Amino acid sequence: MSARMLRVAAVEPLTPLVTRFRFVAPDGQALPLFSGGAHVVVEMPEGDLVRRNAYSLISDPLNGSCYEIAVRREDAGRGGSRYMHSQVKEGDLLGVGAPVNLFSLDLRARKHVMIAGGIGITPFIAQLKQLARLQLPFELHYAARSRAEAAGLRLLPDLPQVHVHISEEGNRLDIGAILSAQPLGTHVYTCGPEALIDAVAATGARLGWPAAALHSEVFMAPPPGAPFAVTLASTGKTVTVGPTQSLLEALEAAEVPVDWLCRGGACGRCETGVRSCHGTIEHHDHWLSDADKSAQTRIMPCVSRFSGTSLVLDL
Amino acid sequence: MTLQFNDETFRDDYTFRNSPEAVRRFPFPFDQDSYMYSVNLEPHAGGREGSPFEKRFDVDEHYVAEMRDREITLQEDPLRCQSLPHMELAGWDFLELVMVSKSEDYPDWFTLNRDGNRWHWINRPLGIDQHFTFLDATTLPCGPMEYITRQTQGDHALLDQRDDNLWMDAGMVTSQADWSLDFDIGMNFFEWHAPVPKAAEMGVFQRALKYLLNLQQGKPVRRLNWTMTVNPRLDTSPENYHKWGPEKRTMTPENVGAKQHLRVELQTLWRLPRSNAIVFPIRCYLCSLEDLVTVPKWGRRLHRVLRDLPEELATYKGFAVNRPLIVDYLSRFDDGAPTSPGIFPD
Amino acid sequence: MPKIEFSPSIPSRPVYAGLASQGAAPALMLADAEGAEAILDLAARDAAVVDHAHIIYIPAGASHGPRLKALGARLYAEAPTFAAALERFRKALTDARMGTQLYLAGSEGLIGQAQAEALAMGFPEGAIHSEHRGTVARRMQCVHCKGITEGVTTDPFLCSHCGLTLFVRDHFSRRLGVFQGVCVDAETPGVVPPTVEIKP
Repeated sequence: MSARMLRVAAVEPLTPLVTRFRFVAPDGQALPLFSGGAHVVVEMPEGDLVRRNAYSLISDPLNGSCYEIAVRREDAGRGGSRYMHSQVKEGDLLGVGAPVNLFSLDLRARKHVMIAGGIGITPFIAQLKQLARLQLPFELHYAARSRAEAAGLRLLPDLPQVHVHISEEGNRLDIGAILSAQPLGTHVYTCGPEALIDAVAATGARLGWPAAALHSEVFMAPPPGAPFAVTLASTGKTVTVGPTQSLLEALEAAEVPVDWLCRGGACGRCETGVRSCHGTIEHHDHWLSDADKSAQTRIMPCVSRFSGTSLVLDL
Repeated sequence: MTLQFNDETFRDDYTFRNSPEAVRRFPFPFDQDSYMYSVNLEPHAGGREGSPFEKRFDVDEHYVAEMRDREITLQEDPLRCQSLPHMELAGWDFLELVMVSKSEDYPDWFTLNRDGNRWHWINRPLGIDQHFTFLDATTLPCGPMEYITRQTQGDHALLDQRDDNLWMDAGMVTSQADWSLDFDIGMNFFEWHAPVPKAAEMGVFQRALKYLLNLQQGKPVRRLNWTMTVNPRLDTSPENYHKWGPEKRTMTPENVGAKQHLRVELQTLWRLPRSNAIVFPIRCYLCSLEDLVTVPKWGRRLHRVLRDLPEELATYKGFAVNRPLIVDYLSRFDDGAPTSPGIFPD
Repeated sequence: MPKIEFSPSIPSRPVYAGLASQGAAPALMLADAEGAEAILDLAARDAAVVDHAHIIYIPAGASHGPRLKALGARLYAEAPTFAAALERFRKALTDARMGTQLYLAGSEGLIGQAQAEALAMGFPEGAIHSEHRGTVARRMQCVHCKGITEGVTTDPFLCSHCGLTLFVRDHFSRRLGVFQGVCVDAETPGVVPPTVEIKP
C-alpha cells in the first residue's frame, strides 16, 4: 500500500493524553474523500525502525482539505503513539496511506446507535458529521472515566442525541437500557476496550438482537515484547524482530512483501502460513480461529509475536 | 476528435455495424486457444493506445446510438433502472467518477465545471447542458445514478459492502446478457451468481469476493467476460426473452457469419469514496463472426475455443443449439497454425 | 405430517433452518395450514416462547387452530388468507422493537411473502426464523409481465396474468418473496416439455 507524504498542519493537545493532528497535502491539493469510520495508516520513521499505525479519521468525510486524527499516548506500547506525541511537530512531513473503511455505517439502518469507550470515540466523530449531513436518526453514548480524560468532549457537537457518561461522576453506561426499545432496523456500533465490545455483544444476544445488527471495532496497536527471529521458508533468510517493532514491520524493513490492511489484528489480510514452529506463537489477533491458534499453523504478523527456538514462515 | 458517432439500431432492423477501426480495437477476450472461468482481474490503469482499455470509461462510435437504445428499453420497462433508497450516496459517487473521468479523458466531448457543490456538466455528443447542485437530487431530472448512466455506455451495478459481502442494491441494466435487475436487486454476491454453472464448485466466487472486499480507492480493476448473441441486440433481457429468443433459431450456414455475434463484456470495478460502495460497470462490445475472422489469429482461436468448450458452458451462455453451425463456419478460418499468446491481433 | 427434505440447489434457493426458540423475547408468529405444527413443536420444546407472542394463523383448510389458540399466547388471531392478515401483520411490525423475533412456518409462499414484508419494514433478517411445513407449491413471478402466480405445483405452468408458459427456476428473490418463472418455449413457440410435478 502506497503512502503519500502529507504535511502536519497542526498539533493540538486535547487532553493530557490525547493530541489531535491535522494533515494537508503539501501542494494544497484536495485529499481523497472517505466514509465515516475509515482509518489511515501513518508511517513513523525513527532511525532504522519504521512503525506503521492505523488511526481513525475524525475529520469531515466530505472535506478533502485536510485529514485529522486523535492519538492517545500509550506508554506501555511499542512507542508509536509516544513518537507521535513527542517527535511530530507542525511542518513535518509524514507518510499517510489512503483511507480504508473497515467500520462503515450500514446505510440501510433506520437508526444508528453508537457506543464509545475512551479513545474509541474517534471513528464516531467522522460518522456523526456524515449522519448529520445525510439527516439520519442517531444516538451516541460516550463513556469516559473523567471529564479531564474525555478528549471527545472537545470534538462532539452539542446535540440532545449525544449522551456523555463520566463514570467518576457516577453516570455509568447502561447497555441494557440503550438496547431496549430501539426501533426495528436500528444498528449499533461499538468502539473501545474489548470488555465494552463483549458486554454489548452479550447484552444484545440476551435481548434478542441479531449479531448482524451489532458492529464493533477494537483498537489494537501491536504490543511490544522480547525480540525474536523468524525464518523465511522460500529463501532460508532470517528476519529479527526488535522489542518495539512488530513482526510485520520487521518483514517490511527486510523488504519481504506481505499484504496488510488494518494493522490491528482484525481484518485478516496479512494472514501468513507457518511452515514449522518450535516454540509458542503469541497470538494477539481477533482473526484466527481458536483451532488455528492452537495448531500454530497460521499467524497474523501485524500484532502477534513468538518465543521459542524456531519459527519458519510460508514466505 | 475525428470519431463519428454511428446512427444505427440494436433491434428490429439491426443496422448496427462496426467500422474497420472498431473491429480492429474490439476487445477479443481469449488469450489462449481454450477457455475456463477464472477470477482474471487486472489493474484498470490504462492500456494500449486506441484500445478499449486505455480510457477509464471508453467512448466509441456506438455511443449515441447505444444511449438511444437504452432510452427505448427504459420507456418500455422502467424497472431496468432501480436504486434501493440507501444507495443514493453511491449514485453521487459514481456520477462524480464518470463526469471527472470523461471530462479529463475526452475534453472535446465532455466538460465539467465545479464551484463548490455548484456543478455544470456539458455532454456535447448527447446535447446535454446541465447545471445542478451536487448531493441534491432535486436539482437533477432524476436520481444521480440514473442521470449519469443514461449517458454512459454499458450496464452499471452499484454494490453495497456490508457483512463481509457485496449486495447489488442499485443498477442500470439494459444491455445485460440475460439476467433481471428487478429480480436480482438486493441479492448478495453468491446469490446473484447462483445460476452460473460450475464456477461455484471451483471456488472462483469465494476468491473473487475476497479480492473485491479489499478493493481500494484509486485502484480500479478490470476483467473480460463473454457470451454469444444472435443479431447485434443489446436488450437480451429475460424480460424480453420471448421476443428475442426466437431469433436464435433463424440462423443458417449462409447467415451465421453476419448474424452471430461475439458479445464481450469489459467489466471494471471501482471503490467509491463517500459511500464505500463498489461500482461495477459492464461495458458491452459486439462483433459479428464475419468481422472477427478478418483478423486471422482471432478466426483460428475462436474456432478452437468454441469447439472445445464444455457443453454446460455453451448451454449456460445460450448458444448450445447453434454451436455446430458456428463451429462449422469458423472451421473454414482455422488452418491449424499456431496462434500467438495474448488477445491483440498480430 | 413428516417434514419435507429439500434437495440441495443453487445458493439463491432459500433454505429453511427450522424454528429455534429465542426464549421469552417478544415474538410475532405467522403460520399457514401445517405450519401450525411447527409452532406447536416449538412451544413444546420451550413453553416460554409464547409468553410475549402474537400468533396469526391462516388455517387454509387445516384444523390446528384450537390447539394453537390453547397455547395461551399473549395474542391469537386467525385470518382466512395472507392478504386478509396483511394489515394486522404490518401493524404488529410497526409496533415491534429491536429484539422482537419473527417466526414463520408453513408454505414457501407464506414464508416468502411474510419475510418480504418484514424486510421492507426494516425487520432484521437475523431475527427471522422459518420452517417449511406442508405443500411444496411455489409462489412464482413471471419475469416477462412481473405478475405473480400463487400455489404453482407443476413445471412448466401457465402465468395467470399474461398466459405465457413458464418453466420453474430455483432462483429466488428474498425482496419479492418469489421464485422466477421464464418462458419455456421462447425459442420454439408451442414446443413445451411434458408437465411434471414440482419436487422438493
